[in-house]
Amino acid sequence: MLESLSEKLQDVFDRLRGKGRLTEEDINEAMREIRLALLEADVNFKVVKSFVNRTKERCLEADVLESLTPTQNVIKIVLDELTTLLGQTDSKLVLSSRIPNVIMLVGLQGSGKTTAAAKLAYRLMQENHSPLLVACDVYRPAAADQLQTLGGEIGVRVYRGEGQDPVKIAREGVQDAIDNLRDVVIIDTAGRLHVDEEMMAEAVAIKEAVKPDQILMVVDAMTGQDVVSVVEAFAQEVDFDGVIMAKMDGDARGGGALSIREVTGKPIKFISSGEKPDSLEEFHPDRMAKRILGMGDMVSLIESAVRVQQDEQEAVEAERISRGQITLDDFLTMNRQVRKMGGIARLISALPGGDRALNSGQVDEGVLDSMETIINSMTKQERQKPDILNGSRRARIAAGAGVSVTEVNQLIKKFNETRKTVKQMMAQFGVTGTGKGKRGRRRRPMNLPGMDAMGGLDSLSMSDIQHFQDMMDNNAR
Amino acid sequence: MSSWFERMSEGLSRSRQRFVESMNVLLDRGPYLDQSFWDGLEETLILGDIGAETALEIVDHLQDQAARKALPDAYAVLSLLADQIAERFTPGGEEILEGEEGSVVLFVGINGTGKTTTVGKIAKEATDGGRHVLLGSADTFRAAAIEQLEVWADRANVEIVTRKRGSDPASVCYETIERGEAVGADLILIDTAGRLHTSADLMRELEKVVSVVRKRSKLPVYTVLVIDATTGQNGLAQAKEFHKALNLDGLILTKLDGTAKGGIALAVSSELELPIIKIGVGEAIEDLDDFDAHDFSEALIGDFSEQV
Repeated sequence: MLESLSEKLQDVFDRLRGKGRLTEEDINEAMREIRLALLEADVNFKVVKSFVNRTKERCLEADVLESLTPTQNVIKIVLDELTTLLGQTDSKLVLSSRIPNVIMLVGLQGSGKTTAAAKLAYRLMQENHSPLLVACDVYRPAAADQLQTLGGEIGVRVYRGEGQDPVKIAREGVQDAIDNLRDVVIIDTAGRLHVDEEMMAEAVAIKEAVKPDQILMVVDAMTGQDVVSVVEAFAQEVDFDGVIMAKMDGDARGGGALSIREVTGKPIKFISSGEKPDSLEEFHPDRMAKRILGMGDMVSLIESAVRVQQDEQEAVEAERISRGQITLDDFLTMNRQVRKMGGIARLISALPGGDRALNSGQVDEGVLDSMETIINSMTKQERQKPDILNGSRRARIAAGAGVSVTEVNQLIKKFNETRKTVKQMMAQFGVTGTGKGKRGRRRRPMNLPGMDAMGGLDSLSMSDIQHFQDMMDNNAR
Repeated sequence: MSSWFERMSEGLSRSRQRFVESMNVLLDRGPYLDQSFWDGLEETLILGDIGAETALEIVDHLQDQAARKALPDAYAVLSLLADQIAERFTPGGEEILEGEEGSVVLFVGINGTGKTTTVGKIAKEATDGGRHVLLGSADTFRAAAIEQLEVWADRANVEIVTRKRGSDPASVCYETIERGEAVGADLILIDTAGRLHTSADLMRELEKVVSVVRKRSKLPVYTVLVIDATTGQNGLAQAKEFHKALNLDGLILTKLDGTAKGGIALAVSSELELPIIKIGVGEAIEDLDDFDAHDFSEALIGDFSEQV
């Protein structure tokens, strides 16, 4: 549902990516676009304002040139701030020890409460609870029938009571749960406008009568700027504990989701998408933030790359590599870096088409191991100057590593390709050998043995990453 | 917090009065057209769900006009603003519910926008206006949707054609039109199941329903999109998809009794050239109103006018 927002943000990042170093003006321009993208995604105006201010400040402060690339740094800051906005920790539905637990659902008309009630009941049933649904919407014609039907479909008992008093029905519902040995009561209430004082008072009366352990507010993901007044009013009067975002299967950019936490401090607990009873998922703010940026695990990949680099950055070596002069020792180091970053499969799957390659068995996860064995069977001199590897040396190495000569040849071929790619990359980025003082800022080229000439991380565009993310999602499904 | 509609219907005269009063007081020292004025205006428009780009466009245009026409102060700009917003709405659409030869109207939209409630209210209003109304419940999907419309039919005292849940919606429509012809109904209102515009299967199903109705009906057939005023920018995506599939004829904006200003209706109406034929302002059967572009526009910027 957040695809269009992430597309827009990716456009912004793509443009930044084209620049080697970022000026304040670049950041300002990017922030203007991020502002528009968030507003178009229905993130509340005030929330956008403070978000952009905070993010901008951090971007301008950040020592952007010291890590991977300035752009990645900016992306990381935006991600951090998005995650903060959404709430940093997962907020699960924790049931109390009281039996029966009472969960009350509130919300505007048409937000999807009744559907959500049934889904919640289904979910609880999967977790070995025996829920009871209570139909307290006495206003909308046939609302109780709807809940009854849904309950019937998933095999959950529904209490609908008599008469027109929702407070009484709620109370009877709890008693019905006790009589029928149900451990969780889900109270579906009527949709109400936050400005309707009488109806808001009724919600409070139900709350006081049954003392719910949890009150969840159901919010339509497509809600616009007004979501803030709505949730504020509900928070103030009914004081709910968390939010269920409904209708997340559409293409709404879900800006409302981004605003609720910031405005009320109330966490989003579930996202509901689709009409099937099993389409209620727990909400993970970090995953959502990453989805918004369309980056999947790319961020942690970048983070681990930063860590690896910091661990073993040796300026002299970097300098040499920057001239395209790599040795088999470097190859080994790269190999180990790749391993530290989560292995070849993780890197490859992050590339466009990588997943397909993995699935069709074109990528051999063990290739790193055998490469390392082969290189370890070489002498120091051979590693430094691979060109001296003649037929007899190769035969010796093959015997030492327990592989065939062909495999040694393949390794050398790959190494030569990598060396060529590194040279090309260096030329492309205009990095040449000398230049004191720039050393620390130079990016360490990263090419991955076994990936042939697929290029490094830097040649990835955000849309590639989005593409990758989509594939991941599809595969996960 | 007062209801949006209250402001629109009653509050408007009050705020207009206040507007004029403060204008008199501040006649020659009205608020300057400084950056904070333009920023405030932009904020008001965005908070009204008008869309950031449209808001910027309107503000830029006004800023340009203010300079060109040498508008003296904020009030002069605000009175120009409401006119400009109002002009963007597409007018017309009277034939949909009030056409002389009668009509068949299908109500479509995503889940929970208020289609069934709207059908109920229109049934009552049209019956009171002397129409022979017949309802058809083609929402055979959602649990209890048929029962819900039956209650409305009862309240409006009109006949309704239903089939049991799970039947083919196209066949319900077919039957409704046949029944309409038999009893001589001149306004047939058909409620359809809510569906997300992103669900290709359900959109195709709806396309089929509408094409069956268009083929079968002797009366002119119209499709009306029901949009919830609380909807944000996604409303335009919804409308575009429905329009593409069904070639819409009009819009109905519901739930204007909350605090949402329904600014998205402006984008939909102007971009897809669709008239807004009614607005929904509550849950009671009489809570249905005609749309007035100028009142709507003034209400949209009402908060800001009051601040200035």
